Amino acid sequence: MSVYILVVDDEPDVEALFRQQFRRDLKSGRFTMEFAPSAPAALQRAADVKDPSLILILSDINMPGMSGLEMLPKVRAQRPDVPVIMITAYGDAETRRKAIENGAVGLLTKPIDFALLRHEIDNRLGQAA
Amino acid sequence: MSGELIDELNDVLKPAALDGKTREEIDELTHMLKGNLEKVVQHGKRADSIVKNMLLHSREGSGEHRPADINAIVEESLNLAYHGARAEKAGFNITLKRDFDPAAGQIDLYPQEITRVFLNLISNGFYAATKRKEAGDEGFEPALSAVTKSLGNKVEIRIRDNGTGIPPEVKEKMFNPFFTTKPAGEGTGLGLSMSHDIIVKQHGGTIDVATEPGAFTEFIITLPRSGAAQSISGGKN
Repeated sequence: MSVYILVVDDEPDVEALFRQQFRRDLKSGRFTMEFAPSAPAALQRAADVKDPSLILILSDINMPGMSGLEMLPKVRAQRPDVPVIMITAYGDAETRRKAIENGAVGLLTKPIDFALLRHEIDNRLGQAA
Repeated sequence: MSGELIDELNDVLKPAALDGKTREEIDELTHMLKGNLEKVVQHGKRADSIVKNMLLHSREGSGEHRPADINAIVEESLNLAYHGARAEKAGFNITLKRDFDPAAGQIDLYPQEITRVFLNLISNGFYAATKRKEAGDEGFEPALSAVTKSLGNKVEIRIRDNGTGIPPEVKEKMFNPFFTTKPAGEGTGLGLSMSHDIIVKQHGGTIDVATEPGAFTEFIITLPRSGAAQSISGGKN
């Protein structure tokens, strides 16, 4: 089964960065990645794909319009089966607390530690397999 | 990012025979590296422009107080805040009203510091008015007014917005350092406490607020005409 990860960030270069970092995995078809430039676009995408192939959502917090923290409870209600990890430049205790309270399984700070993120993804892939 | 790619390049180059597939791989990676270098330059320029803007805000004058035209300072602050907000948010707009008393005239003050106060209060007003509009009030028109009035040996300046207003529990704490109601990263919580110190400690003036949640907020500042001259050591620590 082909699985995919949804990445939500308003910074367009995030896509290029992720595609490079996970180049080998994407090429070998271990998983695919989709990118949403805003929280509403991500909610739409998560609603459109009902099947369980969506295994993980990675979301930025500070985005114009709806923030990642505002999106979090909505996407959790919509897709309780899909874990969400927040990725933000603001790793303070309060932000972390809010993220976990609203249903995130984790919070990674920018600049992204890709080794750590890879580990998280491997965990998810292990569970999905 | 590039380190990993170079390792990959080396892996690919190890076998002596460069078949078609390897060639393709090399081309792809070189193309990617070129792209990355362009991004480095582009984001460097972006960072540069952010730093320049920050310096504009913090530019130090002579650090001396001098007599200055208060109406001109309020006008300059309105323009700076407006263009700043427009640059930050594409769809931003607000109606600005000015009512300047020609008799307001000259005040002895620290111009950079006073401009910082007005910039802060006006930006807060923009934020509150925009927030009320975003809350879905259909016919609502965001507006902010700046009024000056001579009170003889003092001048009163009022900055009023028709935004969300301030609830009592926030009003109590809003002059405290690091107190903010804005989401993480949007406010430092230092704007109003800094403004309070500049007006009260540095210029011997007063700052008060009148507000009604869901209706308006008005900051009322009074500056004595020669307050800065008298409080020489004020506001510096």
